[in-house]
Amino acid sequence: MNARGIFREGLWDNNVVFAQMLALCPALAVTTSGTNGLGMGLATTAVLVSANILVALIRNLVSPQVRIPVFIVLIATLVTLVDLALNAWLHELYKVLGLFIALIVANCAILGRAEAFASKAPVLDAALDGIAMGIGFTCALTVIGLLRELFGSGTLFAQASLLLGPRFAFLETTVIPDYGGVLMMILPPGGFLVLGMLLALKRVLDARAAARRRRPASADFSGAET
Amino acid sequence: MNATLAGLRDRLVYQGFSLGVVAMIAAAALAIGNRLTHEAIGQAETADLASSLRQVLPAGMADNDLLADTVTVGVGPSQADAPPVTASGDFMGGSEPGLRARGANKVGAGGTATVTVYRARKAGVPTAAVFRMAERGYAADIVVLMGVDVEGRLLGVRVVKHAETPGLGDKIEIAKAKWVLAFDGKSLGDPPAAKWTVKKDGGVFDQFAGATITPRAVVKAVKTGLEFFAAHREEIVK
Repeated sequence: MNARGIFREGLWDNNVVFAQMLALCPALAVTTSGTNGLGMGLATTAVLVSANILVALIRNLVSPQVRIPVFIVLIATLVTLVDLALNAWLHELYKVLGLFIALIVANCAILGRAEAFASKAPVLDAALDGIAMGIGFTCALTVIGLLRELFGSGTLFAQASLLLGPRFAFLETTVIPDYGGVLMMILPPGGFLVLGMLLALKRVLDARAAARRRRPASADFSGAET
Repeated sequence: MNATLAGLRDRLVYQGFSLGVVAMIAAAALAIGNRLTHEAIGQAETADLASSLRQVLPAGMADNDLLADTVTVGVGPSQADAPPVTASGDFMGGSEPGLRARGANKVGAGGTATVTVYRARKAGVPTAAVFRMAERGYAADIVVLMGVDVEGRLLGVRVVKHAETPGLGDKIEIAKAKWVLAFDGKSLGDPPAAKWTVKKDGGVFDQFAGATITPRAVVKAVKTGLEFFAAHREEIVK
């Protein structure tokens, strides 16, 4: 598969959340704000890329019968090392992302990509797939987080400077000042509602695109029949 | 080469062996990672503790190393159930009789029955004490760090660990709201014991829209902490 195809798959056609419906637990649990979604997405992307590269590197050495335990051990080790390294050397960032890192172990999307793509692809393709899937996941989480935050507390990217540094303080916007907030959007039901709406939206867009592709072809077909 | 590898991969011995090798490499990587980061993590955590100690202690209160001047006060169940020595009955006659014993039993983060108190001194004279208190919040234990001067007045309170609902209960963090500053200068008698709770329960402390349990728990933790200090003042201030 070429790089273009890989990115198309990761960002839209086979998006981790909106198409594969994997990793819904972190996708719903931490997306109470755009910033949280972004943080979880970035941390996951880092692990996803390194896991994909490792798995692609050893793909010929591993027997199919034991591949799943091997991948799990690798992913868990990787996540723990990332956790330790962040805690030791990027402690400020760790205080913000710490919670998310531990959750990455439970992210089935990483094992899913190792199994479905990286174990059958050359290293470079696997790395690209990790990046593409990671960006797709980050976008999905950020969008869900932003929508829940907007309806739930009337802000966008609140506390983004805690995650990205003071230079990104401009991202923090209050859309509706003195907004009481719809509590439900912050609580778990809000996550399901937003996810459902976004899934429906993606279906509509996909159906439209498919219809557009089909129309000229079917016109030709009917013309030929008459 | 590839043919031999393919043949090998089907052998049970190779599968077990490869899994073992991967596990060993993983264990080695983790051991090395732990050794490399152990010191830095310890330093970062000490720095964290020192900076949070500074937050609950106004500048100029201490000229000693608080982290080196600690006292561990045991709060066994028997002691917790007994009435406190100096925080006498009028603090317990509030609307929630069960509150004190329950709160004191949980004293100390992580359910241990001891509290580590960091003592601040100026020119050798005790000026203040800093310690942690935990109270069950909405989701999990909320741990607060509180600074108390020798008279039992609060110098500062910070929530150092919690798992409250993001966007609702997390206003107890100083990074998100100024709510915890309301404790500064308060003591067991000010406001009176009956008012040591959130406004919804007839007290003086604000709750947040959509979250009452969280601020209630923090107020309870702070009150329990003050009662703990009053009960163990002799041990702490010396």
